[in-house]
Amino acid sequence: MAIWDYANPTRFLRLVQVVLPWLIGLCVIAFAAGLYMSFFVAPEDYQQGDTVRIMYIHVPAAWLSMMCYSVMALSSLGTLVWKHPLADVSAKSAAPIGAAFTFMALVTGSLWGKPMWGTYWVWDARLTSVLVLFIMYLGLMTLWRTMEDPIKAGKAAAILTLVGALNLPIIKFSVDWWNTLHQPASVMRMDGPTIHPDILWPLLVMAIAFTLLFFVLHLMAMRNEILRRRVRALRLRAASAAQPGTAAATAQPAE
Amino acid sequence: MSSWAAVLFRRDLRLSVRVGGSALVGVLFFLAVVTVIPFGVGPDLNLLSRIGPAILWIGALLATLLGLDRLFQADREDGTLDLMLMAGRPLELLVLIKCLAHWVATGLPLVIAAPLLGIFLNLDPVATGAVTLTLLVGTPALTLIGAIGAALTVSLRRGGLLLAVLVIPLAIPVLIFGVSAADAAIHDPVPFLTPFLILCALSLIAAVIGPLAAAAALRFAGD
Repeated sequence: MAIWDYANPTRFLRLVQVVLPWLIGLCVIAFAAGLYMSFFVAPEDYQQGDTVRIMYIHVPAAWLSMMCYSVMALSSLGTLVWKHPLADVSAKSAAPIGAAFTFMALVTGSLWGKPMWGTYWVWDARLTSVLVLFIMYLGLMTLWRTMEDPIKAGKAAAILTLVGALNLPIIKFSVDWWNTLHQPASVMRMDGPTIHPDILWPLLVMAIAFTLLFFVLHLMAMRNEILRRRVRALRLRAASAAQPGTAAATAQPAE
Repeated sequence: MSSWAAVLFRRDLRLSVRVGGSALVGVLFFLAVVTVIPFGVGPDLNLLSRIGPAILWIGALLATLLGLDRLFQADREDGTLDLMLMAGRPLELLVLIKCLAHWVATGLPLVIAAPLLGIFLNLDPVATGAVTLTLLVGTPALTLIGAIGAALTVSLRRGGLLLAVLVIPLAIPVLIFGVSAADAAIHDPVPFLTPFLILCALSLIAAVIGPLAAAAALRFAGD
């Protein structure tokens, strides 16, 4: 199986070294094309004017915030079910990226909302669910930071990620329910005219660019995490060499 | 209920009501939260009766969260948890029974105190009954979801705060349907039964997911 060949971190690092330059190149090209299209090719909206261009950042970021959680959920399955050694590295390094994309979606959404809706924040169902997703990302990152042993922390975070993946649809459903109960249809929807191809194409190119950016950042973060763990292992070994009496007794000395 | 389960249930209950247990602190905290809210929003009785169900639910949520960090921690400190892990009983069932005992000791007092606190918030009898009923059905879900957080943070020295951060997003659906069922009983935009049945469903889902995930977390924390 191909995925098991890369259970060896050294082999994985070699693969990253080969793939990463190509991926970075593609990502830069996609961003250049996407940004050019969204700033110069795409027309202004007849109601929203230039502010509609926020959409080309906002919508891909929102997609990525959900895709990143899916990647984390799959990696968590890899940790718990198949015990793949790099799965928890993948989950751990995806969390901050996902949080960053979610934050970006929230901020650009607020900046877009101010001229359009007249307020930075409304308790709309979609906004609220994204905010909850953001809190979950931060909670997961905190859980990673509280445990010294990366293997144990990885398993704990994997359980929480999977519980979150089961709960996210329920949260989404209940927030929709709550919102329709409290303030029905106060928020302007985008489904007036269907999206015109002139707007749709830049959006798709930007979505591809963002996805490539995610994979670039994810691979880089995984590489850094592997190196960080090696440094940790070397330090532990150095510490146990310095104190031969105590280190043999304790399997997990604190750093 | 088989005999070991009954023994475990009685043991946990007894420990939580005796010296060193925290069964009644939760109710005191509940009382304190409900008392402090009028200082924040003002003593207007109409406003208080409108947001009363929400206050009671948020108070119950916070009180439940505060008690949860001791759910497994005390057993881990004195080594009981390791014995339970090695006993060969299904760990999921064990967690479920511990949650049940914990709920009887800390959740049920909140439900019983709710009608009394409803008087402070100017709730009429129908609203009081509705809130009490939704709390009775909903607080077990809070305990069961919280058990996941308690199991994940069991090895941490001060896991209480992290536990609250991890559990609150997962508890949002329970809060939403608890409050909307209570609201539906008072001024009915929707029938009472719809959100109430969804709340029951959430409790049942939590009774499955909570013990499964908490047992997995405890196994990983143990080895």
